[in-house]
Amino acid sequence: MRNALKRFLIIDKRNAPNQKRLAWAAFAVLAIILLALPFAIDGLFGRGWVRVLDFALLYIMLALGLNIVVGYAGLLDLGYVAFFAVGAYCYALLGSPQFGIHLPFWIVLPLGALLACLFGILLGAPTLRLRGDYLAIVTLGFGEIIRIFLNNLNAPINITNGPQGISMIDSIHLGEFSLGRTQEIFGITFPAAHLHYYLFLIFTLLVIFVSLRLQDSRIGRAWAAIREDEIAASAMGINTRNIKLLAFAMGATFGGLAGGLFAGFQGFVSPESFGLTESIMILCMVVLGGMGNVGGVVLGGILLVVIPELTRHLAGTAQQALLGKTVIDPESLRMLMFGLALILIMLWRPAGLWPSSQRRRELIAPAPPSV
Amino acid sequence: MDIFLQQIINGLVQGSVYSMVALGYTMVYGILGLINFAHGEIVMIGAMVALSVIQLLTGAGFPIFFILLISLMLSMIVCMILGYSMERIAYRPLRNAPRLAPLITAIGLSIVLQTLAMMFWGREYHSFPLLFTNDSVHIAGAVITEVQIIIITVALVMMGGLLILVHRTRLGRAMRAVAENPSAAALMGVNSNSVISITFVLGSALAAIAGIMISANYGIVHYLMGALLGLKAFTAAVLGGIGNLRGAMLGGLLLGLIESLGAGYIGDLSGGFLGSHYQDVFAFFVLIAVLIFRPSGLLGERVAERA
Amino acid sequence: MTSPAATLLKISGIEKRFGGLTALSDVSLHIQAGEIYGLIGPNGAGKTTLFNILTGLYQADGGKFLFGDIEYAGRSKPHILAKAGIARTFQNIRLFSNMTILENVMVGCHHHSHTGIWGAITRHKNARNEEQQIAHRAAELLIYVGINRAHHMLAKNLSYGEQRRLEIARALATNPKLLALDEPAAGMNATETDSLKTLLQTIRNHGVTVLLIEHDVKLVMGLCDRIAVLDYGKKIAEGVPSEVRNNPAVIAAYLGG
Ligand SMILES: Nc1ncnc2c1ncn2[C@@H]1O[C@H](COP(=O)(O)OP(=O)(O)O)[C@@H](O)[C@H]1O
Ligand SMILES: [Mg+2]
Repeated sequence: MRNALKRFLIIDKRNAPNQKRLAWAAFAVLAIILLALPFAIDGLFGRGWVRVLDFALLYIMLALGLNIVVGYAGLLDLGYVAFFAVGAYCYALLGSPQFGIHLPFWIVLPLGALLACLFGILLGAPTLRLRGDYLAIVTLGFGEIIRIFLNNLNAPINITNGPQGISMIDSIHLGEFSLGRTQEIFGITFPAAHLHYYLFLIFTLLVIFVSLRLQDSRIGRAWAAIREDEIAASAMGINTRNIKLLAFAMGATFGGLAGGLFAGFQGFVSPESFGLTESIMILCMVVLGGMGNVGGVVLGGILLVVIPELTRHLAGTAQQALLGKTVIDPESLRMLMFGLALILIMLWRPAGLWPSSQRRRELIAPAPPSV
Repeated sequence: MDIFLQQIINGLVQGSVYSMVALGYTMVYGILGLINFAHGEIVMIGAMVALSVIQLLTGAGFPIFFILLISLMLSMIVCMILGYSMERIAYRPLRNAPRLAPLITAIGLSIVLQTLAMMFWGREYHSFPLLFTNDSVHIAGAVITEVQIIIITVALVMMGGLLILVHRTRLGRAMRAVAENPSAAALMGVNSNSVISITFVLGSALAAIAGIMISANYGIVHYLMGALLGLKAFTAAVLGGIGNLRGAMLGGLLLGLIESLGAGYIGDLSGGFLGSHYQDVFAFFVLIAVLIFRPSGLLGERVAERA
Repeated sequence: MTSPAATLLKISGIEKRFGGLTALSDVSLHIQAGEIYGLIGPNGAGKTTLFNILTGLYQADGGKFLFGDIEYAGRSKPHILAKAGIARTFQNIRLFSNMTILENVMVGCHHHSHTGIWGAITRHKNARNEEQQIAHRAAELLIYVGINRAHHMLAKNLSYGEQRRLEIARALATNPKLLALDEPAAGMNATETDSLKTLLQTIRNHGVTVLLIEHDVKLVMGLCDRIAVLDYGKKIAEGVPSEVRNNPAVIAAYLGG
């Protein structure tokens, strides 16, 4: 049995056409699953879980963006959610009654991504020539600052509407076709949650594609080189600051993109969605799944959206049943899980659940001596 | 004029708290080259423990001085144990790991500590009991309260003590040796592991005191107080030159002054556009400015990485 | 070899201090295009420090150097100097140890290739061609330095001697005019040292000037056209091997140090 499996898995020349056919078959199955997923989940668990799925896709996009910064280039960004916020507020301000501006989706979304990219460059330029720990602190501070501004820019001129946030944001729409309401296509009824799922899936696949392409390129090699040994990289002619800035800006762009989608999906944004918790959660996804490995990051994203959602539903009931009262509220439990996950993974499985082959070797082996 | 003086006094008080916390960052950084992200949470835990002890003892009719002493001792002990275990559990196993690893565990630690504190002490703001009379001294139109005088005095004494410890004692010599060159220190018979532990313990003790001082000054304790405080104290350490004890003290005081003067005048400066709730952003801009113009800080020397 | 001996690198009056320690004081050297120039001296003499200044890893406290036609005050960024044509290896090997050996060398091609974000994502024709060229060149360089291993092998799994040679290949990939080698024979056995010697001669014969720090006196004497001796940050002798060997100051420095 095992031998048969081995033979099956080993690629040899004669077997190559079969292999190819097999790959196509797997691809087709995956595509069908992904297409049918919202309907299956809707039928099995209810509409709420389709929305959870939509959020999972948004967070996967965020995690993949952060993965470029942390996983590829080895830079720790603790305020990543700030770029998410920039994208979301850009969309919210330019597509809501707040200013009475209603720009179309296909303009606002890239604009938000661009703005986030710009913020990334502004923040990265002064800090990226310094040691990595400074970047961690500065980004942490930046995340807080953005929130302070969002919270307070409601007076004397009301820009962000303060802690109440901005509501009645335009739904994502192309001309007359809006994702905000149920649509009928070819006789099939697509509820809003399903429509968003497909849109987000397209963007997620795009981000995955870009991530994979970047990783295996001249740029990706330069990122890996500075992560491995910044001094040697610079002595080989890599402009380390620019190449780090590039990673930072790419990550920020993806964050801004996800932010715009988030605003259009929720129809409402407030500073509360962009706190340190969210930054940490995204970092957790990257670390849990496996820094630098796209597959691992996707896995991490799914796990960390679904597990807390499950605990939210189950933890309360379980505690009620077992102890007769709620000792730990689900929110605390979630945070506790994140914190412990970060510690335990670094101590015991530093390369994550599904590491890239390269990062695994690197994180498990001791660092090269610094002298 | 009196507003100006008042802001200076407030700044010095706030600054001396920053200094004490910054010392913790700087000591650990000097010895390990590591930013102990969870340091701010130790300050918070220190304040929380003191709060609980005071609440517990106040009803029992002990004299104020005794209550204060006990709460100070207990919160220092808790923090010292915490600092010690933190290093043992989360940092020591990763000493030879890539840089990113201890940074990530440190973040994890501070999340865990925050959450535990929230579960234990709740989400609400606690008012920190008034330990002294509300008496105050008036100087040229400005007011300085008794608590503030005590804060500044304690801070000065602690910092002086620390300087003496580091520069005049055997232990201090060992600490400096480990910071300079761990392998050479080991050759000279210094046990660098215990020196590192002691550094964490000392820093945590200072953090406990700082936690109590800041709570006494503002009269408020909250489970999230450590995060922002930590960020600011770290800024202070960078401003002074990270790794440099005097730098941390100077940086703390300066940051306190910048903040309080900034908050006092931000309205005028921005033509009324920005109000004093932007106080918290000053530290951040100071941090960015220092990193751009003088990354080695005011008193730090440029340390080139060895190639 | 080049017949009119043009100066490739002219170092004048370089100073470097670390706190109270003067690591280099008033060091001046002229290195001719096409020669193998040896830099020797006891441990701690300042040889590596000089390399670090030439490659932009340290900033000089004084002095300057002229490389090609451009003058540097010892404050340029490493990547600028790499682009200008100074490549190096490190005394304690600094490979990208978890990247493959091919990738290590390909990184050396970074500054003279151009594919940016857009090319990386779309993999348009130019990008594909460039990637292929780089990979091809890297593979050639691996063979050139004598590493016959699977391209996807990780750098850290090479033997010590091979790692040293991989560093040379990576440096050569930057298309340098001057190749600065920091103790390349350290830790090598006699056969390895011999083949290293041949390799360095080949490199020189292909028109790359070599600046060599080395402790193996036999290797230096047999290989170098000229030699300079550093001691306590000062140049105490310079000349052809036979002169330097008999210089009393050099003998004193080695016996006394
Ligand atoms: N980054 C540094 N900080 C402090 N001292 C240094 C540094 N780099 C080198 N030195 C000192 O400079 C002197 C010269 O070192 P080095 O150039 O490495 O010597 P060599 O390569 O000739 O053996 C030594 O005393 C060394 O300790
Ligand atoms: Mg050397």
